[in-house]
Amino acid sequence: MVKWRGKLLSGSYLGLILLFFYLPIIIMIVFSFNSSRSLTIWNGFSLEWYEKLFHSEDMMQAVINTFSIAILATAISTVVGTLTAVGLSKSKRILRECVLALNDLPMLNPDIVTAIGLMLFFTSLRIEKGYVTMLLAHIAFCIPYVILSVLPKLRTLDPNLAEAAMDLGATPWQALMKVIIPQIIPAVISGALIAFTMSLDDFVISYFVTGNGVSNISILVYTMSKRINPTINALSTILVVMITVVLILINVVPLLRKKEGVAK
Amino acid sequence: MRKIIEFHNIVKEFDGQLILRGINLDIYENEFVTLLGPSGCGKTTLLRILGGFLEQTQGEVYFDGIEISKVPAYKREINTVFQKYALFPHMDVYDNIAFGLKIKKQSKDIIRQKVEKMLKLVGLEGYDHRPITTLSGGQQQRVAIARALVNEPMVLLLDEPLGALDLKLRKEMQIELKKIQKEVGITFIYVTHDQEEALTMSDKIVVMNDGEIQQIGSPTDVYNEPENEFVAKFIGESNIIPGVMLDDYRVVFHDKEFECVDYGFDDNEEVDIVIRPEDLDIVTTDIGKLHGVVKSITFKGVHYEIEVETDLMTFKVHTTDNSEIGKEVGLHFFPEDIHVMSKMRAY
Amino acid sequence: MKSFRELSYPYIVWACVMIGIPMILIILYAFTQSGNSVTTFTFTIENFLDFFNDSVFIQVLMQSLKIALITTVLCILIGYPAAFFVSRMEGRMKATIFLLLTMPMWINMLVRTYSWISILSDSGLINTILGYLGIGPIQLLYTDFSVSLGMVYNFLPFMIISIFNSLDKMDKGLLEASADLGANKVQTFLRVMLPLSLPGVITGITLVFLPAVSSFVIPKLLGGGQYVLIGNLIETQFISVGEWHFGSAISLVMTIIIMISMYLTKRVDKQSASDSVASGGGRIW
Repeated sequence: MVKWRGKLLSGSYLGLILLFFYLPIIIMIVFSFNSSRSLTIWNGFSLEWYEKLFHSEDMMQAVINTFSIAILATAISTVVGTLTAVGLSKSKRILRECVLALNDLPMLNPDIVTAIGLMLFFTSLRIEKGYVTMLLAHIAFCIPYVILSVLPKLRTLDPNLAEAAMDLGATPWQALMKVIIPQIIPAVISGALIAFTMSLDDFVISYFVTGNGVSNISILVYTMSKRINPTINALSTILVVMITVVLILINVVPLLRKKEGVAK
Repeated sequence: MRKIIEFHNIVKEFDGQLILRGINLDIYENEFVTLLGPSGCGKTTLLRILGGFLEQTQGEVYFDGIEISKVPAYKREINTVFQKYALFPHMDVYDNIAFGLKIKKQSKDIIRQKVEKMLKLVGLEGYDHRPITTLSGGQQQRVAIARALVNEPMVLLLDEPLGALDLKLRKEMQIELKKIQKEVGITFIYVTHDQEEALTMSDKIVVMNDGEIQQIGSPTDVYNEPENEFVAKFIGESNIIPGVMLDDYRVVFHDKEFECVDYGFDDNEEVDIVIRPEDLDIVTTDIGKLHGVVKSITFKGVHYEIEVETDLMTFKVHTTDNSEIGKEVGLHFFPEDIHVMSKMRAY
Repeated sequence: MKSFRELSYPYIVWACVMIGIPMILIILYAFTQSGNSVTTFTFTIENFLDFFNDSVFIQVLMQSLKIALITTVLCILIGYPAAFFVSRMEGRMKATIFLLLTMPMWINMLVRTYSWISILSDSGLINTILGYLGIGPIQLLYTDFSVSLGMVYNFLPFMIISIFNSLDKMDKGLLEASADLGANKVQTFLRVMLPLSLPGVITGITLVFLPAVSSFVIPKLLGGGQYVLIGNLIETQFISVGEWHFGSAISLVMTIIIMISMYLTKRVDKQSASDSVASGGGRIW
């Protein structure tokens, strides 16, 4: 009896929290299909706002910017971050600690501080603000996450693994590609996913380092949200759906693989 | 025999600490050489310098007559069996062993042949496609040896390879390693802190302590004729007694003069005398060269360990005959049981 | 490539340039004034005096701390039971609920915050419903309430995750031991689970308080144009006013306040840990 009541309590509490989390998002998605401009009164289904979205050059450009920057920043920061982590794992302790302390700064500092730091930096070097500065900034805040994801995995490896490969005639590069990387690939992938979502999600840093009218989805939502505009709902819906798909892939694919492994 | 490796005055400094203090060592073809010493003595460091994983601070390493300090590990004709094997966990047994050959881009047929031969040599036929993680410690050990030997190196380095195995398996592998070494006929350089292991397998033992070589010699040499107190204490058990060498074949210790077989010391040179516990015999007081009282008796399986207290010190005796605590006994030994060592250098 | 160490060299240079120099620039700007040319910096604390001598700025600072504090407390109060309930679930159910609770974290923060506007506005969902009931409309949007709500909504998942992690990895044997020693469920919770999960709460506080203090998006979207927190103040200095020196000084003040509060939180954590050990010991003897 007591147990049953306990379950009811925990179930309804968690249910309420999930409702709190998802209701606003669901309402937003529903009203992106509304045929009128209202965000509270349902006037029937339509794809009008999606049509508007795809015909708006500003919005499409922002979508392209967001994804091209996310993909480029992820690719670059994954490669650089992974190589750096391998290098650091073999470096002297003092050097490693110093680099990691520096590396922690963007994660410990409020975004706005990192953002104005980069803004001041680009301005004092007289680099014209726009797509390139945004990309550089994204790479800068993504690499630390990749390093932090890969380094612990490297620590679990037998320290002689790379030496064993070189002992058997592999060059350091071959040892890296054939022995080290295959061992740490799950950590590299999760680092890349974190970097990708971080880049996709970023507003504050992008907002401060961009210029010349270059914007991404976040900046667009920020500047357009003052007026009710269901096109933003449509854009947000697409973003939510994409992130959900990515998250489901991350969480379901390893499960499926495990099952396959067991079946084997 | 051909000299294959020469260490010339190797010094290694690490964070301001001297790990190796000037090592000079020659190693010949087909030798089973053991670097023996307590942990931190520098034996693994020396091995890693030879393998190409560390660079010495000073000195030269010659391999087959050529200085190799600047040659990277992957270009050296030396292979290593690592402490925890360092097998590649993402590959099966076959791919681990074939790794070196694939790097050298040998043909598939040759690789298959060589790998099969190696699997046979280490007694793992049929294990080709077993994942590494499913192997026992002993089997992993064998894969590590096969993976190194398949490259036909001139020298095989083994860094405490049996450390992770249990006692029984370790004994088996000792014999097997020696057998493999005879079969492939190359130089093995073996690092261990286990004196018994060193005595069982080696042709030549290099005893190291504190970054310096203490003694180089055959197992019988280092056991029977330790050059200093450290070697005597580290290898086997021993009774060490301070003494004075009067002249050739005459030594004074324990306030008595004895005949011995050692010579070549300065007259009246202060020395240390080593008498192994198994060389001492408990006899009646009338025929004993030294006298004392039995202080303790411990049964050790094959023998008894008996401590005999004289008026100056306590002697450790290994004998198959039991005695009684508190009994007055004599200790007997022969002139050849007395090993005279010069006093250890102070540093 | 000769050794693996070299692999980290490019990033070391990059990190010094892209992380180190910007930090130095902020400090440099904070201690100089706009008249200075780049080559002749003169040290000044004028920017800081301007900030601390103006009661409006101090009020903004206090308001930011107040809202961040309310948010953090609410996150603990709401998040702890949630984490507790999930940690006591089992198997696939636990994994699924945990995933559902953390998924909003990955959705763009702007989008998440934006989704509340249409619910809270005067003609929004809540007021429409209230209207049918004959109440309202109540001013929900552009108030302390809406800003705090937005912050709790955005940062609650962080709190749940970190408390969950500390509860989940707790040795179940400890709870059994406590029961074995005669403690009832409430006593076990208060004397064993709660103290042991404190590190998770502390991590959660760090993860919530820090972005809450510095946020300028949530106050802007849900607080409206008149609603100013310290993050908005910094934004204004950089984006609209162009007072970079003053803006840098404010961010420096904010960073230092955050650092001090983080330090104090960690101190309290250690203090309470050693206190509970000491008082526990006192009780035994």
